[in-house]
Amino acid sequence: MTFARILQVFKKEMIELRRDKWARFRLVIPPIIQILVFGYAATFEVFGVSTAVLDLDHTQESRDLVSRFVYSDRFQIVKIARNQQEIVDGIDDSDAAIAIVIHPGFAQLLRKGQTAPVQVIVDGTNSNTALIALGYMNEIAATFSRDYMTDHLQRTRDGPPLRGALVTLEQRPWYNSGLNSRWFFVPGVIGTLVLTMIVNLTSFAIVREREVGTLEQIMVTPIQPVEFILGKTFPFFLIGLGEVVLIAGVGTLWFGIPFVGNPLVLLLGTSLFLLSTLAIGLLISTLCMTQQQAFATNFFVVNPLFTLSGFSFPITSMPTVLQWLSYLNPLRYYLVIIRATFLKGVGLSVLWPDMLALAAIGSTLLAVSILRFRKSLD
Amino acid sequence: MSAPDKPKIRVAGLTKRFVGTTAVEGATFDIARGEIFGLVGPDGAGKTTVMRMLAGVMRPDAGSIEIDDVDVVADPEQAKLHLSYMPQRFGLYEDLTVDENIRFYADLFEVPRKLRDERTGPLLAASNMEAFRRRLAGQLSGGMKQKLGLICSLIHTPQVLLLDEPTTGVDPVSRRDFWRILYSLRESGVTILISTAYLDEAERCTRLALFHEGRLRYCDTPKRLKALMPGTLLAITSTAARDLHKALLGRDGVMSVMLVGDGVHAVVDDADRRVPELSAALDAGKIPHGELVRVTPSIEDLFVGLLKDEHAS
Repeated sequence: MTFARILQVFKKEMIELRRDKWARFRLVIPPIIQILVFGYAATFEVFGVSTAVLDLDHTQESRDLVSRFVYSDRFQIVKIARNQQEIVDGIDDSDAAIAIVIHPGFAQLLRKGQTAPVQVIVDGTNSNTALIALGYMNEIAATFSRDYMTDHLQRTRDGPPLRGALVTLEQRPWYNSGLNSRWFFVPGVIGTLVLTMIVNLTSFAIVREREVGTLEQIMVTPIQPVEFILGKTFPFFLIGLGEVVLIAGVGTLWFGIPFVGNPLVLLLGTSLFLLSTLAIGLLISTLCMTQQQAFATNFFVVNPLFTLSGFSFPITSMPTVLQWLSYLNPLRYYLVIIRATFLKGVGLSVLWPDMLALAAIGSTLLAVSILRFRKSLD
Repeated sequence: MSAPDKPKIRVAGLTKRFVGTTAVEGATFDIARGEIFGLVGPDGAGKTTVMRMLAGVMRPDAGSIEIDDVDVVADPEQAKLHLSYMPQRFGLYEDLTVDENIRFYADLFEVPRKLRDERTGPLLAASNMEAFRRRLAGQLSGGMKQKLGLICSLIHTPQVLLLDEPTTGVDPVSRRDFWRILYSLRESGVTILISTAYLDEAERCTRLALFHEGRLRYCDTPKRLKALMPGTLLAITSTAARDLHKALLGRDGVMSVMLVGDGVHAVVDDADRRVPELSAALDAGKIPHGELVRVTPSIEDLFVGLLKDEHAS
């Protein structure tokens, strides 16, 4: 293995990249658009859920309950229905995602000190929004009953004001005190973007050489496959680092995501992660003869990696088998590292198992892909 | 040709199997230093596979290849230093200029800068490409791309040059340049193995090897191969070539019949006797036909004739 030949391939690759006017655009604009889209759009919080109300009780109590929905920014009352049919229509037509129906006798039950049911109809098509909205509704209903109860007790008893025995939670979220989901997503986007870009770049670049015939030509020169691979992929490694800086820059400067950790720890984690992404790209390139095949294969590889990474779906909620599988996923570890360095500021003393896992996965994948690459030339 | 003291390339029992098929079966031949050795045969005959094995990029399943004293099968990396292989589609980097491509391949072969510059000039001159040094390879014509490919293959002055259909799709002017370079290489002792689909090019080779269905069927000089062909070749023009073909097939003294552009080519055992006979028979059968002309067989006739024989036997 000679360094000179690695350098020649590297230089050749850089000249090609420099001449590719589209490359500059492709490498900069889409990531920025992605990070902006994710930064603004990706959120688990639910605001302004369209709500229809049918109040058949017409009492002070029922109006009080409805007004609590009106004044909550989580819900937006879009329809005051006059009968059950209008409620059904509203949900069917997607005018409303939630309907609250207060049946006659609601206040009467309350006054007797009994449990008064309120009917809630939820459009379950978007199960996520529905679940979160139901949570907010429970909260409103609970506050309503608590207030009603204290009020009732106070009015019916003589003597000093009395409160019902209550438990309150004092929340202290660490690292992200506002529980801002943007803080959770934006660092994660760095991981997913780098994965997609580098896998695509690497596999396309090598498959293109195969398609054009340069790969066959190169292999009859004294160059070793390893030399070729190193020279060929090193530019993508640099691009990967550049992307991380770019996206992290937009994330911290534009969205104000804090970066409290050590940049060197992130650099180490990123380098190890890039090892895996380059290897995945290389591995795909050994399986594909054309760029179209590579495109389709990338899609099938990147999507599961994304889904099983903990980027948005919690790994702990997955079936056991998928949880095991996610241990093989480099993105899983990188997301831990990246979120930890951004938000928690922890260092290697905490992150070493993830670093180790990334190094192991990366070097295994790389070894396999180099062996396969050699074979694929036959 | 003078008896070669020691063959430059020795191939023995070369065999390559792919899943389900045998691409090359037991090919054995020697190539002397300074030969232009032609590989001919229909598509799928195994020519490219032979080339790839000789270039050391494909491992044979059986057999041996020696170039000088280097065992290509055992030590392909050593062999690569002395040979150059130009695949059907030469892999040029289209985003690099002519000069940059040459430089890149020279660097891969670790040709010193000074030597590289010394060699580049004459090679560019010989291929009439000096004016295009700064042009991107992607913007060259097909013929110029092939010439640039040849230059890149020659930059490390290989002793053996393997060319897989280098002139397919190349304009006549570039083809002439190409062959001029090949001849001058041969003068300087380079051994050339070339496969070609152009039969006029086959005639220019010192020796030819005919491959068919993975087997080496014939291997000799073009002249002696032609002498191998028994009988006399007759060219008969006709507006109803298919009928003519049918009428001639299997007649006494007709050894083979082949459809060509404007009629048929037929091989007969004894022209003096058969020409009047056939002529009369065709007239009787009311098959439109021109005169029955004796022609020298081209390589194509030769191979069709030889392969037909083989199928018959």
